[in-house]
Amino acid sequence: MKNAALLLVVILGGVLIYGSLEFPIWGDPLSPACCHVSPYYIEKAVEDTAVPNLVTAVLADYRGYDTMFETIVIFAAGMGCVFLLRTFQTKETGSRLYRHIPTGITIKIEKKGRFPEDSQVFERIDSHWVPHDLIVKTTCRLIIPFIQIFALYVIAHGHHSPGGGFQGGVILGAAMIIYSIAFNLRAAKRRMNERATVILSTLGVFIYAGIGVICMLFGLNYLDYSALAGLFGVDPVMARSHGILIVEIGVGIAVMAVMVTLYYNLASAGKHDEGL
Amino acid sequence: MEPFLDVLISKANYWTYIFLMMIGLYGIMTKKNMVKKIIGMNILQTAVILFFISLGAKENATIPIIEHGHDGAQSAVTVAHYINPLPHVLMLTAIVVAVATLGVALALVIRIHQKYHTLEENEIIEMIREP
Repeated sequence: MKNAALLLVVILGGVLIYGSLEFPIWGDPLSPACCHVSPYYIEKAVEDTAVPNLVTAVLADYRGYDTMFETIVIFAAGMGCVFLLRTFQTKETGSRLYRHIPTGITIKIEKKGRFPEDSQVFERIDSHWVPHDLIVKTTCRLIIPFIQIFALYVIAHGHHSPGGGFQGGVILGAAMIIYSIAFNLRAAKRRMNERATVILSTLGVFIYAGIGVICMLFGLNYLDYSALAGLFGVDPVMARSHGILIVEIGVGIAVMAVMVTLYYNLASAGKHDEGL
Repeated sequence: MEPFLDVLISKANYWTYIFLMMIGLYGIMTKKNMVKKIIGMNILQTAVILFFISLGAKENATIPIIEHGHDGAQSAVTVAHYINPLPHVLMLTAIVVAVATLGVALALVIRIHQKYHTLEENEIIEMIREP
């Protein structure tokens, strides 16, 4: 079995290497990939959309449909993870562990017992609990605001520098995941609960699709942002630039919420009860 | 020897990605553990992403952000001066979609582990055959 797989892989690799002899050499400015639509994008993007970052212009404007459905794929992945894993059996989890904070004694409350809710003296802990590390907690507390500001900068400045909704959204989600790792899942869920993540991921897709519908209401094609010129009171070229910004914000919200949803479900195997 | 070296130098990047892709494919086919299969899938995705990025490169060209594009002074843009933005756009979305599909794959793996208490493929197949 392993030998057959190795043989297959070697043959396939050989065929691909033979095919690569026909490829353009690396860095060839006249390679076929650089000759069809790419010169148009490079020459006309600033004229058409007033966005110097060509990647952003192509992503959100020229290939707007593609990006919209990529966002929907991410949204569907997040929802798929929820539907695959989420279990609503938190009432029947058996025993829970609580730690008495002043004395450090851990007590185990069995299934029938009463669990103290939001107590100042008792702290709910996981079954494989390790004491919180002060250095890790404090570092995260210090670093998370800066991560979030950087993420907002990446989203908002995507027109002029490398960045955009996808990158910024992932950084925002990473900030939330760091919080969850440094504290635990319940602390993270107090900051951003499950309802918020699902609503935000829907909202992100809704903003993107809604901008397209607004463009149609103004009488132009779906996702043709120049229709928004009247709404913003600017010329059609700047309207496309603003449309791209709104779309990037929608993408950022959706990606952030989906990353957090994926993390919550994977870290706790869908129970949202114990976990990092 | 000389012609072979010329070919090697001009095609080394493609050969690296083909090598990476074959590692990923071999991992998907031979590894019994589901998580190792997923790692193989990710290596394969990375190879495809690198391949696309490599196609967009141009010699003596800079990143696809128009210089002085923000101050409105529209000067003539030479195409050869900027690398091809299209592969970057395609791969930017592909990376995030790869993360999302990785999440779904891990969710499936967790479900499998909840049901069969193992992630080894041959053990799971045995359990399915004789329940």
